[in-house]
Amino acid sequence: MTVDGLPVPGPLLEARSVDRSHGRTRALREANLSVTAGEILAIMGPSGSGKSTLLHCLAGVFTPDAGEVWFGGRRLDTLSDARRSELRRTAFGFVFQFGQLVPELTVADNVALPLLLGRAGRKQAYHRARGWLRRLELDDLGERRTGELSGGQAQRVAIARALVTRPQVIFADEPTGALDSLAGEKVMELLVGLARQEGVTVIVVTHDARVAACADREVMVRDGKVTDPYAGGAVR
Amino acid sequence: MTVPLALLGLLDREPSYGYDLKRAYDTYFGRGKPLPFGQVYSTLGRLARDGKVTAGQSEPGEGPDRKRYAITPVGRQEVEAWLAEPVAAEPLLQTVLFTKVVLALMLGHDAHGYLDAQRATHMRRMRELSEIKRSGALVDALLADHALFHLEADLRWIDVTTARLGALAETVRQS
Repeated sequence: MTVDGLPVPGPLLEARSVDRSHGRTRALREANLSVTAGEILAIMGPSGSGKSTLLHCLAGVFTPDAGEVWFGGRRLDTLSDARRSELRRTAFGFVFQFGQLVPELTVADNVALPLLLGRAGRKQAYHRARGWLRRLELDDLGERRTGELSGGQAQRVAIARALVTRPQVIFADEPTGALDSLAGEKVMELLVGLARQEGVTVIVVTHDARVAACADREVMVRDGKVTDPYAGGAVR
Repeated sequence: MTVPLALLGLLDREPSYGYDLKRAYDTYFGRGKPLPFGQVYSTLGRLARDGKVTAGQSEPGEGPDRKRYAITPVGRQEVEAWLAEPVAAEPLLQTVLFTKVVLALMLGHDAHGYLDAQRATHMRRMRELSEIKRSGALVDALLADHALFHLEADLRWIDVTTARLGALAETVRQS
């Protein structure tokens, strides 16, 4: 795995003793997490445990109150807002539970959007968007408005949009939370399958053990602390 | 318990030789645990004794002589009754997991650590089953699903118990 063309030794993403509070609530307390390139990692934990906050800190959406976040061997948390924003647009992809597609636009527009915002040519952007729609088994839905889609189809469009920029990491927050079992399974199958094919690292926040079972490894977040069950149950 | 009824059900589909019955059983229900030939023939013998199947005359085949088995009306009735009857929804109140947690608390052992370890073991198995689902046939996938949903139920219990461990420890200490 490389970042900006340079090989990355060690973990691709790391949280080191990260603290983060929301108002008076301490969401993360000295949270440590290490993710290797190409890994599919599930972050589990009860509601309010801090798992989404951890995801947002790793993705550079939140900056920690204390501690460090490293991406590709470089500090992420000390970058300027503009640089973090650029990183999120170019190196990261996001899939949320719902509400991420622009309803006024067609499916193809939605998938091409990140490329168009990144100043890619229109023809190339739509060509790549259609390629990803095909891989997500959505090739005949390109001209539909996203409001006409089922929940499962909408999530597959969101995955296509997350992958279209060829990110190094996809952050998925409860990507199947609003779906029934079968639709959720299909979404995870495609997300994990395509990520493996592309060598993309995936960090998925979920409370669903069946979703987490699609990952290579899972960690638990409880009361803002990260527990890795495969590290002897120790709090890391 | 289900082997005799599964064989009866397969015979309800069509009369069959013992060898073919075993193959059909292994295909649909064996899933890595094939039915031994001895068990097939001993089960068929008991079913014949109880009037649920009939064994035809020995017929010469490529190997040893073989008999074709057919279901009787009594056998068919049993299959129909069994298929219509729901399996008992067992409450499983005295599970090994529960016993271990209570004993750990009682004896001052690390119940939290045990629950974490159990959780990891369940997740590891769920990952294996998910892999079977990805790579296996529909029959394998559905069987894996059955196991996955049961393990998921255990995990929910593990999570709830972990969250209430302090209260449970208090209860165990007081009693």
